[in-house]
Amino acid sequence: MRTLTYAEAIEDALAQAMAADERVVTFGEDVHGLRMNLYTRFGEARVRPAPISEAAFVGAAVGAAMAGLRPVVEVMMVDFLAVAADAVFNHAAKVEGFSGGRWTAPMVIRCGCGGGYGDGGQHQQALWAWLAHVPGLKVVVPSTPADAGGLLTAAIADDGPVVFMEHKLLADDWRGYLGSGGRDTVAYDVPTAGREGEVPERWEATPLGEAVIRRAGDDLVIVGVGVGIHRGAEAAAVLAEGGCEATVLDLRGVRPLDREAIVEHARRTGRVLVVDEDYRDFGLSGEIAALLLEAGIGPAYARVCVDDTLPFAHDAERRALPNVERIVAAVQPWLAAT
Amino acid sequence: MQPDRVDLYRRMLRSRLVEQAIAVLWHQGRISGEMHLGIGEEGICAGVIDQLGDGDALALDHRGTAPLVMRGVDPAAVIAECLGLPAGLCGGMGGHMHLMSRDHLAAASGIVGAAGPMACGFALAHQHLRPGRVAVAFFGEGATNQGMLLEAFNLAVCWTLPVVFVCKDNGMAITTPSTKVTGGDLLERLRGFGMPAVPVDGSDVEAVWRASREAVDRARHGGGPSFLLARCVRPDGHFLGDALVEIARHPMRELGARAGPLARAAVGESGGSLFERAASLVSLTASIGRSAASQVVWRRDPVRKLRGRLDLGTAALEELEAGIEGEVQQAVRRAVAEGDAA
Repeated sequence: MRTLTYAEAIEDALAQAMAADERVVTFGEDVHGLRMNLYTRFGEARVRPAPISEAAFVGAAVGAAMAGLRPVVEVMMVDFLAVAADAVFNHAAKVEGFSGGRWTAPMVIRCGCGGGYGDGGQHQQALWAWLAHVPGLKVVVPSTPADAGGLLTAAIADDGPVVFMEHKLLADDWRGYLGSGGRDTVAYDVPTAGREGEVPERWEATPLGEAVIRRAGDDLVIVGVGVGIHRGAEAAAVLAEGGCEATVLDLRGVRPLDREAIVEHARRTGRVLVVDEDYRDFGLSGEIAALLLEAGIGPAYARVCVDDTLPFAHDAERRALPNVERIVAAVQPWLAAT
Repeated sequence: MQPDRVDLYRRMLRSRLVEQAIAVLWHQGRISGEMHLGIGEEGICAGVIDQLGDGDALALDHRGTAPLVMRGVDPAAVIAECLGLPAGLCGGMGGHMHLMSRDHLAAASGIVGAAGPMACGFALAHQHLRPGRVAVAFFGEGATNQGMLLEAFNLAVCWTLPVVFVCKDNGMAITTPSTKVTGGDLLERLRGFGMPAVPVDGSDVEAVWRASREAVDRARHGGGPSFLLARCVRPDGHFLGDALVEIARHPMRELGARAGPLARAAVGESGGSLFERAASLVSLTASIGRSAASQVVWRRDPVRKLRGRLDLGTAALEELEAGIEGEVQQAVRRAVAEGDAA
């Protein structure tokens, strides 16, 4: 075991995958600078800077994947994936279905996601439910360095398109690039457990769509992904001081969704709180409510999500994102009732 | 017609001082997130914006502060917006990348290339509602590889839209040298769409003024869109804290942490050939060298260049500059006071 940051784990797992398989190539805007070590080690043929042409280079990743490569294509932020939406929704997601399962597009789309560093509502969205809405795509949202490397290894090995979402608060390369810009005069509320952690020497695939328990408790289950799960864990520690013990269930991705785990813990605790940095309406939190109803159980249910366009203003941004106070407040009615 | 040099200088200096003040606030940590300033682009913005009148529209990229200040938006409202204050131009909701002023029909976007379709839409509305008015789109040369902008060029030609596309070319697409990611010649490319495409020295505001006057006149009188390719130097690079610029300015400090991993990458197992690795290192060094060159002698500072052409006399010039400086300082104080009160 060794200790790496979230960003280092991703780069390390990608380097191991590239060393093991020559079909793995990476491209995207500024990758020669952003991935300077990979660029130096593997050369420009396999680490290619792309023009600011998301529709073209994400679309090219689909074709390259169909024709035998295993591209890891990088768009800086998921918000920019809107520019390449056609390649993702109408092409990458459709190859396997349209070919009757005879052809696939084994590709990974890396993108920064999430907010909390003051970049406004066009650069800090989560948008995982938007992507997960479309059959044929897998959507991964790691919350720790070990998961980031393991899930990326699985994503590269997967035979279909996987969107790999790196929360910019956890990834210090993104946080430095976009948030602080090298300043030491700004500080962000970075969950330490997600920023740095123990990882294996050799990466092995962490299965996609398997939730993991970050904390065990019998009184409720807090469900989420990414930074939301760290906020949930912090809130659970606060709740525990008042005698309320929460299970914190990290879904580690949105599609495939670990429905069984959600149902099991909902049934066991009788209370479900979804913490979701993505938009509240028509998203992950609603999907979880639906699957609970479909399973025939009706637990107490609440959600802490992003309700509107994220404000730029620092305090308003903090209030808009799921935070410990909002999570604890959402649980209060249940505590009052018992 | 000749440009009013003093008026242009006033606008450019005001914009420069406002952006320098924003940079200070950013370095102090009073502004979170990214910060893309237009320092070095003033000659382009002022020369073009001087052609605009009531009802004309501006579609801006993520570098909207300079054009808005030049268009007449209250600098204090722009600064307050960067600070995320209720008194800001957008109530603190948008931040510096998403500045909007409905009164000025001016809107910025942080999505590269988005100014093209936006300007086409403004121009389409002009055709129906405000005949004779024009729309200007500002974007960088990196954006000219973005599909939506290329589509906008064609749309503007097909619909004879009154648009002036203004490309501020600093030679870098974010932090990638544009030549590395751009095929062919941009002027030829644009002419291929069927519109006039004119190169101009962006550091020379008077040259920009003349070129854009022709383009705006053409659009106003039903002649359709045109394209200006205005070259410029931005010493701060893509944004404040730009890694290439930081390495160029402080090589020992910035390269120290990067050297170890880079050296390991250069010799690590199962990678590219020695030749490929050397090529990568040469390419990285060249990018840094490019940023360094923009630091050493900033000969093409548009503000200084115009200052040298003013024949005001030292006393009058100093009085003018002191006046603008005082005005900007007051705007900064007003904005910061709002923040401290909040």
